[in-house]
Amino acid sequence: MVADFGFGILVLTFLLALFSAGAAVYGYMIKNDRWVESARRGMFLTFPLITLAALALIYLLVTGHFELSYVYGVTSLSMPLYLKITALWGGQQGSLLFWSWLMSAFASAVMLRKWDRDREFLPWVALVTAVTLAFFLSLSIFFENPFTRWWQTASGDVAAMFQPAGSLPLNPADGQGLNPLLRHPGMIIHPPMLYAGFVSFVIPYAFAMAALVTGRTDDRWIRLTRRWTLWAWLLLSCGLLLGMRWAYDVLGWGGYWGWDPVEIAALLPWLVGTPFLHTVMIQEKRGMFKQLNMILVILTYVMVIFGTFLTRSGVLSSVHAFAESDLGPMFFVFIGIILFASIGLLIHRWGDLKSEVALSSTSLFSREALFLLAALLFGGIFVVCFWGIVFPLVSEVITGQQITVGPPFYKQAVGPLFGVLLFLMAIAPLSAWTRASLKTIGRAVWKPAIPPVIVTLLLVGMGMRSGPALVGFTLVAFVVFVTLYEFWRGAAARSRAQKENFLLALWHLAGRNRRRYGGYIIHLAMMMMALGILGIELFQTTTQQSVATGQSIQLDGYTLRYDSLAQFTYVDGRYVTRAVVSVFKGGKFLGQLYPRYDYYPDGQPMTIPGIRSTLAGDIYIVLVNWENISVLQTPFKVYHNPLVLWLWIGGFVFIFGTLVAAWPEADPVPALAPGQEVSLAGVRLG
Amino acid sequence: MSSPRLIWITVLVLGLSLIWMGSASAQQPTPSDDEVNAIARQLFCPVCQNTPLDVCPTQACQQWRDLIRQMLAEGKSADYIKQYFVVHYGARVLAEPPRTGFNWLIYVVPPVAFLLGLYLLFRAYQAWKRMPKESVVDTDRERASAVDDPYIARVEEELSKRR
Repeated sequence: MVADFGFGILVLTFLLALFSAGAAVYGYMIKNDRWVESARRGMFLTFPLITLAALALIYLLVTGHFELSYVYGVTSLSMPLYLKITALWGGQQGSLLFWSWLMSAFASAVMLRKWDRDREFLPWVALVTAVTLAFFLSLSIFFENPFTRWWQTASGDVAAMFQPAGSLPLNPADGQGLNPLLRHPGMIIHPPMLYAGFVSFVIPYAFAMAALVTGRTDDRWIRLTRRWTLWAWLLLSCGLLLGMRWAYDVLGWGGYWGWDPVEIAALLPWLVGTPFLHTVMIQEKRGMFKQLNMILVILTYVMVIFGTFLTRSGVLSSVHAFAESDLGPMFFVFIGIILFASIGLLIHRWGDLKSEVALSSTSLFSREALFLLAALLFGGIFVVCFWGIVFPLVSEVITGQQITVGPPFYKQAVGPLFGVLLFLMAIAPLSAWTRASLKTIGRAVWKPAIPPVIVTLLLVGMGMRSGPALVGFTLVAFVVFVTLYEFWRGAAARSRAQKENFLLALWHLAGRNRRRYGGYIIHLAMMMMALGILGIELFQTTTQQSVATGQSIQLDGYTLRYDSLAQFTYVDGRYVTRAVVSVFKGGKFLGQLYPRYDYYPDGQPMTIPGIRSTLAGDIYIVLVNWENISVLQTPFKVYHNPLVLWLWIGGFVFIFGTLVAAWPEADPVPALAPGQEVSLAGVRLG
Repeated sequence: MSSPRLIWITVLVLGLSLIWMGSASAQQPTPSDDEVNAIARQLFCPVCQNTPLDVCPTQACQQWRDLIRQMLAEGKSADYIKQYFVVHYGARVLAEPPRTGFNWLIYVVPPVAFLLGLYLLFRAYQAWKRMPKESVVDTDRERASAVDDPYIARVEEELSKRR
């Protein structure tokens, strides 16, 4: 009954989305705003409707309706309540419904805004969001229905929405339970964040398409979606970070990023969304890069759909899986339609998207030119990542040969590009708009360049000889000092002019231009993350040894003494093997670690490392689960991951910086007529 | 037993013992887990997707690690072992495609695309230079920018005066 209700709501919402798409276009064509308004209200309704469908599925998950194939596949009686709820996105069918739910939430939210001033955008924003939502709902209804039930037929058990002829209902007593790897807090929050980041990028794309269709190619669509884009970027970044932390805590291989195609598929929209966030600033300020911004926002949306396609169609495991999947061809067609429509509109408006300003005086070292170079570098990293996951599929289709494109390829290719990006992050904030020269940049840069040089000399003095490490740490120090210098420069000027103390001046300065200083905080956060990445990538050490209780393992000056081993069955049925290991450095006791190996009743294993984190580095120990574990011979793998904690600290600072940048500006400054004299925050104008 | 005969037997036993001990000491010591992992991490599991052999938990990978250990004990080089896996399980066991034939595309396309982007950037810059210097829109845009953010514009101006 509840399943029928949920499925019925999905069908109804699908029809409503189709109606909204049609009404939006029809209303525009016959110049009748009532149809457009009807489309707006229709899209607004999609959220409460899909909420009902999602609540129906959550109810079925929580109450253990194992007659539903989805509920059977992702829950079991022994699972705690919160895991039963989060199982909503624990499998293919549920996660597609969840995707639609989030999409409808964003679509409803954007329909709620005041459209008086930008009414001409409305039909096209409604159309894009409606078509996207209808596409994902069609996947849930026709291919990956989360409400299908088990039926017993003569030829075996089948899952179907409606009772096949001659079949009997099947009601299993218990379900299979959620994949243990998904029972981690990081994995519980990671998918919603990532999906929300994916989905919210639909909104800037919808406005961009509206701008192309209506011919309003000024920066209005960018101003309307600036905050949307920032939130989308924040959610996507948080999703990526949580995924990294999950990998670090659960997969037990001592790292956070394995250059796996699934990870890269989630990174692709970020790699085009990030330069988009930067180049839209140039369009707002200088009226430049309109064509590039359109290309970037289209590419971001296409990558959102492409990333979902990669992870949902099975194509990553094999092109054969893709060919057998119903979803793959559907995604393929949808991406084709998006590309055809977007590129067609872009070509149609290409001439209107030329820069508004005369660019003849724009220097190669201006901030605009440096932003463009940064976009190119991001583009280079994007091509590497995109080609890295697509090429194995191309190779399999053309040559029949399966190949692996693993971490060495990506690291060699993107490492230097990220290095140049760091350099640009250091000098771009100090370069002037339009008319900058090497000389003016040099004059601006030399002061904040002194501390990084000292840092480098200190590192050499301390014995560091690794070229990549010295270059990396110097660039990180360069960006940090330039950013701090920017804070200091602005606050000191304000402090002098306003006679405020320095901290108050800093507070007011950042408050007056949250976008700029929020951006600088994000740059500082990125450098913290870069520090962590450099530490673990360049200086990670590891050893694997089998020891008996009382024996020790040595690594990088640390001593890890194996104290004891316990094996027991936990209340949820998993068989736990848990070791106690004492960590010493220089004879001093630092603490105990508890690496464990959980074996679930359904045969799924899970390795939980013992981790001791400090700012200097992590000691990370796992029980090597595939070997025979006994008190006399227990195999451990130990990693020393220098500086990696900075990666996670940087994540928190990054969230803070993005919130600062996205927060609405307080006390907006009124527009000034040229020559008007007014005092603004203590600086006399005119 | 006569003493010469006893001496001969003793010499024979001692000799055989020495030969056995010599052959035993000539055998390679069992390779450590770290030595095995140093090679295993350069190989990818032929069964699982994108999982390096040194961290793959499957039974098959345990056997492959044992095979690496055995080959190391036999004195085989890392290159020989990697080649052995390629011959038996295909090029997908390598972390990177071998630089041969069609595979060259994976290495060539990204730098070519980047250079093309650099060329387009250069062309765009040249196009900027050719554009007329006067523009009414330019003045409006600059003014609009300053109006958007007058405080920062003034701070920048104040700072430039102080330099």
